[in-house]
Amino acid sequence: MCDTKENAGASRLDFLKSGLLAGAAAVTGVNLLSSFTPIETSSEQKVKVLTPDGHIVEVEEAKMVPVREIKQELGLTELQQRGREGIAGKHWVMVIDLAKCRNARKCMESCQNAHHLKPEQHHINVLQMQDGEHTAPYYMPKPCMHCDNTPCTKVCPVDATFKRQDGIVLIDNERCIGCRFCVAACPYSARVFNWTETLDEKNSYNAPYNIELNVPQKKGTISKCLFSADRLRENKLPYCVSACPNGTYWFGDMNEDAVTNGTTGETVRFSELIEKNDAYTLLPELGTKPNVYYLPAKDRQFPFDPEDKKKLNESHKH
Amino acid sequence: MSGMLNKEESKSRFDKIADDLIRPMTKNDGLSLQIWIFLLVTVLSLFGYAYFLQLRDGLGVTGLHDYASWGMYISNFVFFVASSLVGMLITAVLGLIGIKWITPIARIAEIVAVAFAMMAGLVIVFDMGRPDRLLNVFIYGRLQSPIVWDLTVVTSYTIISLLLLILPLIPDLAIIKRRLPNAPKWQLLLWNILSFGFVGTPAQYKSIHKMVRVLSILIVPVALAIHTVTSWLFASTLRHGWDSTIFGPYFVSGAFVAGVAWVILAMYFFRHQYNLKAYLHDEVFDKVGKLLVLVSLVYLYFNINEFLVPAYKMKAGDDHHILTLFTGSWAGLFWFSQIFGNILPIILLLFKRMRKPGYMFTIALLVIMGAWIKRYIIVVPTQLHPHLPIQNVPEAFHVYTPTGPEIAITLGTIGMAILIMTILAKIFPVISIWETAEEAGVDHETINQ
Repeated sequence: MCDTKENAGASRLDFLKSGLLAGAAAVTGVNLLSSFTPIETSSEQKVKVLTPDGHIVEVEEAKMVPVREIKQELGLTELQQRGREGIAGKHWVMVIDLAKCRNARKCMESCQNAHHLKPEQHHINVLQMQDGEHTAPYYMPKPCMHCDNTPCTKVCPVDATFKRQDGIVLIDNERCIGCRFCVAACPYSARVFNWTETLDEKNSYNAPYNIELNVPQKKGTISKCLFSADRLRENKLPYCVSACPNGTYWFGDMNEDAVTNGTTGETVRFSELIEKNDAYTLLPELGTKPNVYYLPAKDRQFPFDPEDKKKLNESHKH
Repeated sequence: MSGMLNKEESKSRFDKIADDLIRPMTKNDGLSLQIWIFLLVTVLSLFGYAYFLQLRDGLGVTGLHDYASWGMYISNFVFFVASSLVGMLITAVLGLIGIKWITPIARIAEIVAVAFAMMAGLVIVFDMGRPDRLLNVFIYGRLQSPIVWDLTVVTSYTIISLLLLILPLIPDLAIIKRRLPNAPKWQLLLWNILSFGFVGTPAQYKSIHKMVRVLSILIVPVALAIHTVTSWLFASTLRHGWDSTIFGPYFVSGAFVAGVAWVILAMYFFRHQYNLKAYLHDEVFDKVGKLLVLVSLVYLYFNINEFLVPAYKMKAGDDHHILTLFTGSWAGLFWFSQIFGNILPIILLLFKRMRKPGYMFTIALLVIMGAWIKRYIIVVPTQLHPHLPIQNVPEAFHVYTPTGPEIAITLGTIGMAILIMTILAKIFPVISIWETAEEAGVDHETINQ
């Protein structure tokens, strides 16, 4: 992985030296050097600049132009490549505090907006749970568990769904053949399929496919929770995490042992948070090794909706 | 045996056999065949329109949704793979242990096997969300996916079954070529190519016997593999009702039941339509009836294991699945398939007077219906009882209701399989001429005159 990056960096420097700037801009997406010409600049003031992937290059100060959206400059191939590689050194983890969830569904809303999903399609779904007839009901947001022992990626015949180095399970809808074996394999019902024309197809939304956002959605392919890989790329918290008004979500990097609350912005030690609160994972007996942890719904801050309770009781009778 | 007959007797016996078995190929079936073909073509046109809709609008034209994402198509696929397994049972298993009464039905079994194996490979494409990306399976194929294993073994099985159909046809086509010199040009050409210059030398006989023997041995593991791997599409997941260790043998044993039933239907049809009562006689039906009892008993044994053991424990998750099958919304289909597709055939066919063509035709029809329904209730109910509750989606996601286009496509694929069988049975003799003659004591010289 690192080798590839270094090579890419080295070849960029070669490009700069030989003055093939248009080519360099297209390959790397860095267009701040677009008017750079080596012959004129020999006597001018130069500045050292850090490229997005960690290399230092020298640039003529007068010709520097600020760039707003680098990611829009990336073509499909580059987006696919970095999307499949993931972010080096990270191991993303989510902690969901069930005591804080009051079924506000802001997470679901922001997620559906971000990923251009239809109302019945959920990357994250707030479920009403009741473990036994006499136990207390609670609300449980359910994203993809981004398992370490993934039932879904194992069965994919074409490597269209895969687990990358930072732990995120992604889907490549440019490659997916629509066999839905992953849907059958996922015990958490975390995957959705585009059975008919998608919203993007209806609205003729034609941006290059961003594998880390899975947008534009395509008919006949799978979609699923991506831990908002596109936001993590920009050092931001996932859509659902930041949308929650109740402090339900913590998100962070297990390697750093730090998780940040999406509502309060508070950062705590991941290990301490899950230890002190007796965290658990969903369906641990299946051996999927989830990367989403739950804090028990004890000392709940919000009452369970009596209407929901009635419905749950009815469903228990079935 | 051949020493017992004199030349003349031998010749007249062979002429009778050859005439009887070749007649259906040349006979003008007139209206009945035309109606039959018309029916199949109608089914195929409906299929064509339905598939056009599906290609245009997506898999959303079916009743499938995120909580029942495999339905009729996959059930049908499993059913086709199952039906094709009978080729291996009859040609390889019974053939290799030297059972004689299979001579008149061996080719019928191979025709059934080839038709369903070919269709099994095709129907899976109709279930794909992006059939245009089929080649991705070859470009990006990953060895750890059971789909890739399935593709490999289904292809291998189709090829070996085709060879097992074609090889024993070689001497027959040489005979037909000589006896029907005035046949249409394309047919003569076909026979010429597929008889591979066979003239009946001992070396030629020897090499055919040898090749058939080797393929008969080879097809056993391949056939076991296709249905075992098909069962793993389900057994390799963590869902209640699929998460079972006996799915492989359970599917294989069920496959023999469906396959034998198809052979009975085809036997009955050819016996009457092709006027082959003297060859597909009551005794063959009697034997095949006993075979159906045997394979059904094995299947019953696996059913008891598959359902009664979890029912005894009533483990959380399994309990809900078992109850909906036994007494809940799936009970009707479940008990139909168990009673009419398995238990009743065993009981009825134990009686000799039920092992007659007419009764057996009806029983085989019930068995096939039961077999199809059985695949359906293996595939669908499990998905409707996931580990986590189905919530915040339309009410319709709690059930699975197949739509018109979906049913049309499914029926179309069954129509295609039957059409392949019809065509094969029209351009080739459905019973091996040379093997029948050999068994009647006719010597090779007479056969190849």
